[in-house]
Order: sequence, then C-alpha cells, then structure tokens
Amino acid sequence: MGYILIFITAIFVNNVVLSQFLGICPFLGVSKKVETASGMAAAVAFVLVIATLVTYLLQVYFLAPGTNVFSTEGHPVDLTYLQTIVFILVIAALVQMVEIVLKKVSPSLYQALGVFLPLITTNCCILGVAIQVSQGTYAAPGLEHNLLTGIVYALSTALGFGLALVVFAGIREQLSRVAVPKGVQGMSIALITAGLLAMAFMGFSGVNNGLQKLFGI
Amino acid sequence: MNNLKVLINGIVKENPTFVLLLGMCPTLGTTSSALNGMSMGLATMAVLIVSNFIISSIKSLIPDMVRIPAFIVVIASLVTILQMFIKAYAPEIDKSLGLFIPLIVVNCIILGRAEAFAAKNNPFSSILDGIGMGLGFTIALTLLGAVREILGTGSVFGFTCFSENYGALVFVLAPGAFIALGYLIAIINKVRGN
Repeated sequence: MGYILIFITAIFVNNVVLSQFLGICPFLGVSKKVETASGMAAAVAFVLVIATLVTYLLQVYFLAPGTNVFSTEGHPVDLTYLQTIVFILVIAALVQMVEIVLKKVSPSLYQALGVFLPLITTNCCILGVAIQVSQGTYAAPGLEHNLLTGIVYALSTALGFGLALVVFAGIREQLSRVAVPKGVQGMSIALITAGLLAMAFMGFSGVNNGLQKLFGI
Repeated sequence: MNNLKVLINGIVKENPTFVLLLGMCPTLGTTSSALNGMSMGLATMAVLIVSNFIISSIKSLIPDMVRIPAFIVVIASLVTILQMFIKAYAPEIDKSLGLFIPLIVVNCIILGRAEAFAAKNNPFSSILDGIGMGLGFTIALTLLGAVREILGTGSVFGFTCFSENYGALVFVLAPGAFIALGYLIAIINKVRGN
C-alpha cells in the first residue's frame, strides 16, 4: 500500500513539474506537439530510473559516511561533499552510454528518442530526483528509504513528468488553432496555461493524506 | 565602451530570464518571496562570474572534444564550494532554497554562457559578461519574487503594502509562479516592442 501512496503522491499531489518546478526547460521547450512530448517523456523515464539506481548505489557504497568502501571500523570517511560533482558526471556519462547502447540494441527506439537523449543531461529533474532519493527527502510514509522505494519514487516522478508534459502539449496543440491576443503570444500564453494546469493539479492536494488514513499507514 | 556593452547586454538586450528564457526551474521554484529570488540570483551570479573567468582562462588547455564535460566539472566544483559556503554562513538561505542550490549545476545559463561567451573571449570581458548576465538574472528573479510576494501576501522585503487578508495566496503557490512570469514576459515584450 505504501508504494501505491508514493506513486499517487508523486504523480498527482506533488507533481515534479507543476509543484516542484523541476524539469521546466523540457516542459516548455518540447511541448508543442503531443508526439514529441511523449518521446521526451519516455526518454526521461528511461534515464531517470537508471540514473536513480546508479546514483543511489554510488551514494551508499562510495559517498555516505559509514557505509562506503573507504570507511573502516570506527573510522567513517565522509565523502558526501562530492555528491554534486559525482552525480552530474555520472548522469552525463550515463546519458551518453544509454545513447550508445540504445543505438546498438534497439535502433527503432533510438530513432524515436534520439534527439531528446542529449538534452536530458541538463534536465534538472534527473539530478533533482537523484539528490532527493540519495538524501531520502521524498515522501514515503510508513516505508523505509531504500533502493526499492527510491526506484518506485523515480518511476512515479517520471510518469508524473510524462503526464504533465503530454497534457500540456495537448493543450498547446489546441491553443495553436485559436487567436491569441498579440501581447501574450508565444511563451507568455504558454506560461499562463501552465499556471492554470498547475492550478488544476492543486485540486489533488490532500489526496495523499486521505489515502494514508484509508490505508491505515 | 565595448566593455560597457558586454555588461549591459545581459541585463537588458539578452536578459536570461525574460528574453532568452533560460534557467526556468530556479526562476519559478525559488521566487516565492523577493528575498528568496534575490538570494538565488546572487548565488547563481557568483558561480557564473567565477566559472566564466576560469573557463575563459583555461580554454586553450581544454581539447575541443572534452569541452562540455570539462566545463561541467568546473561548474560543479564551484557549486559545491558555494553550497558549503551557504550552509556554513547562511543556513536560513540554505533551508529556503534547498534542492535548488545543487541544481545550479544544471542551470542552462551557466553552461550556455561558458559555451557561447567564455570559450571565445578573454577573461576580463568574460567576467563582465558574468556580472551582466548574473545581474540580469538577479533582477528578474527579484522582480518576479516581489510581484508574487506583494500579490500573495501584501508585503515585500518586510514592508507591508496592504493587509495579508487581501492577498491572493495562489501567487505564492505553484500556479502563481507560472501566471506571474507569463504576464511579466508579456509586459516586458510590450515595453521592448515600443
């Protein structure tokens, strides 16, 4: 039940784009068409889960004091200050690697995601979620912060990102067919639309608390 | 004269927030108050100035193929230093900005300026570009933060304009960030168009 709660909280209540403001650049940049938006969402989901897995293991075995391989009995070595550098390099390398592997293993998927993959390195939702998971600062009521909850959280976040992106792209497709007043054309109307979408998502706030009571956590 | 142009460029002509629309995550995420917006702007400016200076000084040493990873390492090191500095000397700012401090690494403005300006120009004008762009970003964030804080709570930087009871709380929350920025961009486009 706890996992379902993480899932619903991350997608609807605490949406990564519309309430945490992570990954705004692709949200505004590649949301002109539903098709490209879903490509981007898939690429982000793919990289986000792998990046979370790798950075969590790195955090536990190389950075965190006490549990890393450099610590000996009674002499913990704290390398957490290297977190930002290590994580961003790992994510950058990972994106490159995913690109190369995908090209070889599944050319059709590579064709579909191709253009979006390099853009993902500078998507703050990847680094943001990796840091949240490694520090255990995400909502997981009744559960321990471990690798499994981290991965569930990352996957739910990615789905939340995809949902927001695809819905927003759908709205923008419709928006391109109507006469927008000259002053607010372009990014301005896109941001106001995103604001209204965020307001709609605010309607879910409190759902997580209700579910928590319902599940008895 | 030319130096002045470089400096002004980032503040007005190529304002990173209102014109180039770069670095949207911190712009929307940290401007719930004018003070938070300003701290984020200043933190980014500090990293931008130093990273522009370092990258433009070592640009001839970096092989072209590993340019981007090298830039990222420089930026990430600077952000780590900044993060420790803020944690030590301004723990309240660290608390209110939270996750967005390490995320300065992936702020497109910094990597963008490294690639577009610092990698091609001398250290002195790179510093000026960093100051200009950083100021442009800081002004934009402070302005957006001030607008949201006034509309949402009726006060800005501790000065009360009207009672909090008349504030539209939505402007402090997530949707208000998008809407306020949307209207600010529309106003600025209008002003620039004339």
